[in-house]
Amino acid sequence: MVNPGLNVGLLPWLTLFSPLAAAAAILVFGIHHRRLSSSLAVGGLALSFVSAACLLLHVLQHRLILPIETAVTWISLPDLTVSFGVLLDPLSLLMTLVVTGVGSGIFLYSTSYMSDDPGYSRYFGVLSLFAFSMLTIVLATNWLQLFLGWELVGFSSYALIGHWYAKPAAADAGKKAFMVNRVADFGFMLGIIALWAWSSPLASERTFSFQVLQARLPHLLEMGWLTPHVLIGIGLLIFCGALGKSAQMPLHVWLPDAMEGPTPVSALIHAATMVAAGVYMLCRAFWLFEHIPMALQVIAWVGGITACAAAMLALIENDLKRILAYSTLSQLGYMVMAVGLGGEAAAMYHLTTHAFFKALLFLAAGSVIHATHRQNIWELGGLHKAMPITSWSFLIGGLALAGFPGLSGFFSKEAILSLAYERNGVLYLLGAMTAALTAFYIARAWLVAFFRPAHDSHAHAHESPSVMTGPLIVLAGLSIVAGYLGLPTFLGEHEAHHGSPVVVAVSLLAVGGGFGLAWLIYVQRAISSALFLERFRGWVWVLERKYGFDQLYNWYVDVVQQRVIAQACQLVERHLIIGFAVNGTAWLTQAAGRVIRRCQTGVIQQYALVFVTGVVVLVYTAIRR
Amino acid sequence: MPPLSSSWILALVLLAPAAAALLLCVVPAAQAVWVRRIAVLATGASLAGALTIFFHYNRALAGYQYEMLVPWISSLGISFHLGVDGIGTTLVLLHALCAFCGVLISYAITDRVKEYYIFYLVLITGVFGVFTSLDVFFIYFFYEMAVIPMYPLIGIWGSDVKEHGMVRFSKEYAAMKLTIYLTAGAVLALVGLLWLYASSGLQTSDLVALEHHFSLTPLAPHLQRMIFPLLVIGFGVIAPMWPFHSWSPIGHAAAPSAVSMLHAGVLMKLGSYAILRLAVSLMPDGARLWLPWLAGLCVMNIIYGGLVAMAQKDLKLIIGYSSSSHMGYVLLGIAVLTPVGLNGAVLLMFAHGLMTALAFALVGHVYDQTHTRYLPELGGLAKSLPFIATCGVIAAMASSGLPGFANFVAELLVIVGAWDQYRLQAVLAVLGVVITSVYMLRLVRGTFFGQANESLPHARDATTPFARLPYLILTGALLAVGCWPKPLISLIDLSTRPIIARIARAQAAAPGVGSTWRESY
Amino acid sequence: MTLPLQHYLVLSGVLFAIGLAGILTRRNILFLLLSIELMFNAANLLFVAYARMWHDLGGQVIVLFIITVAAAEVTVGLAIAILMSRQLRTLNADEARSLKW
Repeated sequence: MVNPGLNVGLLPWLTLFSPLAAAAAILVFGIHHRRLSSSLAVGGLALSFVSAACLLLHVLQHRLILPIETAVTWISLPDLTVSFGVLLDPLSLLMTLVVTGVGSGIFLYSTSYMSDDPGYSRYFGVLSLFAFSMLTIVLATNWLQLFLGWELVGFSSYALIGHWYAKPAAADAGKKAFMVNRVADFGFMLGIIALWAWSSPLASERTFSFQVLQARLPHLLEMGWLTPHVLIGIGLLIFCGALGKSAQMPLHVWLPDAMEGPTPVSALIHAATMVAAGVYMLCRAFWLFEHIPMALQVIAWVGGITACAAAMLALIENDLKRILAYSTLSQLGYMVMAVGLGGEAAAMYHLTTHAFFKALLFLAAGSVIHATHRQNIWELGGLHKAMPITSWSFLIGGLALAGFPGLSGFFSKEAILSLAYERNGVLYLLGAMTAALTAFYIARAWLVAFFRPAHDSHAHAHESPSVMTGPLIVLAGLSIVAGYLGLPTFLGEHEAHHGSPVVVAVSLLAVGGGFGLAWLIYVQRAISSALFLERFRGWVWVLERKYGFDQLYNWYVDVVQQRVIAQACQLVERHLIIGFAVNGTAWLTQAAGRVIRRCQTGVIQQYALVFVTGVVVLVYTAIRR
Repeated sequence: MPPLSSSWILALVLLAPAAAALLLCVVPAAQAVWVRRIAVLATGASLAGALTIFFHYNRALAGYQYEMLVPWISSLGISFHLGVDGIGTTLVLLHALCAFCGVLISYAITDRVKEYYIFYLVLITGVFGVFTSLDVFFIYFFYEMAVIPMYPLIGIWGSDVKEHGMVRFSKEYAAMKLTIYLTAGAVLALVGLLWLYASSGLQTSDLVALEHHFSLTPLAPHLQRMIFPLLVIGFGVIAPMWPFHSWSPIGHAAAPSAVSMLHAGVLMKLGSYAILRLAVSLMPDGARLWLPWLAGLCVMNIIYGGLVAMAQKDLKLIIGYSSSSHMGYVLLGIAVLTPVGLNGAVLLMFAHGLMTALAFALVGHVYDQTHTRYLPELGGLAKSLPFIATCGVIAAMASSGLPGFANFVAELLVIVGAWDQYRLQAVLAVLGVVITSVYMLRLVRGTFFGQANESLPHARDATTPFARLPYLILTGALLAVGCWPKPLISLIDLSTRPIIARIARAQAAAPGVGSTWRESY
Repeated sequence: MTLPLQHYLVLSGVLFAIGLAGILTRRNILFLLLSIELMFNAANLLFVAYARMWHDLGGQVIVLFIITVAAAEVTVGLAIAILMSRQLRTLNADEARSLKW
């Protein structure tokens, strides 16, 4: 696997391992030194970012042929070889830069946001571990390494959501996130193993490696070893993983709850990077999915439905962070839909811009929460004057999210929508509707929380310190310019999508309509929102119950799983196995003893009688003989 | 073979705890400090020896090394024969780690310290004996030696299993059940072993000689078919194979934590080790016939054990049932008879031993501090026990197969190894991982997170380096093997490969019998 | 004139049967001891009779031993009987069951 152009030295390893080294150092030295641990974490990730940037420059400068792979063997058995390494191609380089870049900003932001927290060092330790795990996914050379990182980000997410473990809601949310992801990973793991098992007719040539599989797949299909049915199964199982990690319906339930974690965590993990891992994985394995039209169909529909359904949930949500969480779901739905429609470059494009503006939105929300300790948008208000930087950043992020022309989100969303327009009319309608909904709910959030005059005084609300606003400004800048960096070209999309005029027009209409309606309702108060709530009473009822997923799952876990299945097994165990089989055997032995004991009366004369009778009988028979 | 002079290392590993047990008999009971020091020194010596063997095992030569042979009853062909191969080395290291940590954890014992340590050291010696002996007689002898001390250890120093504040299983019940169950299993196995001994016609109980003999002239298939289940069920009881598992969770729960550590960590591996070493390795035909049944039972272990664990409220019962669930993976790895699966099984014995020892040590600490291990009464302990809670999360994650811990690698190998022949079992094994995380997360959530229960006494964390040492050793070993499994796997592979090769040869010799061995496609 | 052996044998058998019947039927510990003595004496009679018939003094020696042992046995037995009558106020063997489980 040695590429002649490979002259990148230890840089890939530095990129991958410096956050892990930071995490280890925090664990060993930093657990009682707050400053040290935050410096280590920020330094580790910044180092990673710098080396990733150097890698990129190096690659561009020397025109190295990508992909470059460098790896060590992790498990080496005659029938099973697993390596661990770094795979550099445009996809992974871009994602690495996003993760480490956005991550560094958020780490920096956290040093201030979490400054009063007693679990400061633990927070940064786990955050660093998260960064390492995420990079393991991004730079993975093979499915198993990807799965390794996949599970580790799941763990980091669990630990960070439950950072305030004494709060039952946070502890439960962490557990829920981990469990939902575990269920999804059940499918993912099976998919990976199945793909491995079918990767070659020869047991010794099976592989997890992306590059080998990619090269081998057409051949496998051609020779009939890998039948379309099996491939569909594998594709859907692997998609299961993305379903959990990228929180697509019906496994989306953990993401809104994950907002119980500290806000920077929501920004980094539950908006910008980890939840995007599912989409990243789909793009990484696009060579697989492009052979499975049926799986692509499923993926596109799941994405489209999630995009629209989550946007609707955001309409009636009042918690600032949860609005953003539903928005994340919805945007991830866009990306998944794009993959399903065959546009993995568009998906990655949107992933990147989304990472910028959604991190921005979350950090701005965090800034508000830090200042006011409130999250309900109706309890906020008037912040536009009190916190101008935060408010402007939120607005820029919101406009980018809504796809306001000229901002980054506009370009990436346009890429997806025009793709949908070309390939699937119904999904395009869903997407366009989502765009309108997006514009409406984000405008509502900004107008109500920031723009609307305060109804109670927020005199104490003041702008956050510069270490928090700094990342906001940088991310705001990125949210504006990311559309002009030529990302699609970098990702290998040679002909730029010329958005059809219809698509652009409809999008503009949707954005304008959404903003306008929000303005009319919440600022002008020309239209009463009660009117809508009354008009769509039934639908609001459904939305308030979040389509009933949570109830269904809670019912399943509490009633079916815990009370029926587990208790049934418990009854079998206690009564059938222990009570009947084991104690029954013991009882039988005792009962036999009780019966036979009756012979032992303890009356010696009886024994003597038996004895004498016996002797007489014996002697008599002896004489008779 | 390494130079003969080095074979004393293995003898040291085995005899150090035995010598310490004898020494303790003459130490006055009042000298509890010295009693503990002697135990720590002895197990420390064993650990040092085990590490030496692990690092110096000659991988180029493979086979049995550090051999020592002392003829004993030559008319019956019984000799005291020590030696380890890759599997033995791995398990000796596991046991040395667990025993050392267990002795440290036993510092919590304050009642009749001297007698406790004597029994504990006898138990340790017995387990070492099984893993190091290369003579069937002595394997059986040490096996019994390991089982018997459990009775006083649980009966005297144990604790009752309570539910809703009421005694559900008394410690006497647990001790009695465990001892009778394991002895009954051993008797079954003894019948099989005697039968095997008699029908080999060699007049020797030397394992190496038997292996050699049976690989050249296999036992008649009809005999293999009858002897094999005797050994598998007999040793399966301690493994613990479903449905003969019910002694184990209750026994674990009632035993003092250091005993549970050894018990779940190592003692249960005696069963799977003996099945591998005596049944599968010596009787390939029997293995081919019976192992598919075993593979079916394993799934019951995995799924059923996991589901029952979900219903438990006693921390130790949860971990106890989880052990019986995870041992299902070990048995599955053995049953699938592929090199990958077998390596996974042995690696999982190692990984699960460390993980479960860690878990029992932690539960022991929680129980000592709060005097309860009833889940509904616990909560929020992470605040007062940060170190223990961290280790608790680690143990839970290791148990649920998080990458980075040895359990992940081992379970992966078992599942991958099972995939070709036993796909349904492999799928259900993956499902078992999900079930594990359900109850493990519930345990962590209920014990360490959430609101602290104000009525509990104030719990003190393990703060001194000495108190933390056992936890650090166990987590360190789990992490080290999990992050860099290659050396250990290749070591195990050296010794599993000959077993697989023998079975493949038997398969080739007897075509037409139901195939469980994948040659090629 | 000497009595033939048969007479001794019959007498010995009758004595033994009387003793055995006493042991099997009586509950009073004194009668039990008496019956045991009777059975001893039946055996003694046989020994003496055969010793004389075969002119072998060994039989008579054994009788002396038996008498000695029987005396010792009766001593212990009577001591138990006295203690029993004092402690339990009865000589009925069936009522002495405090060591029975």
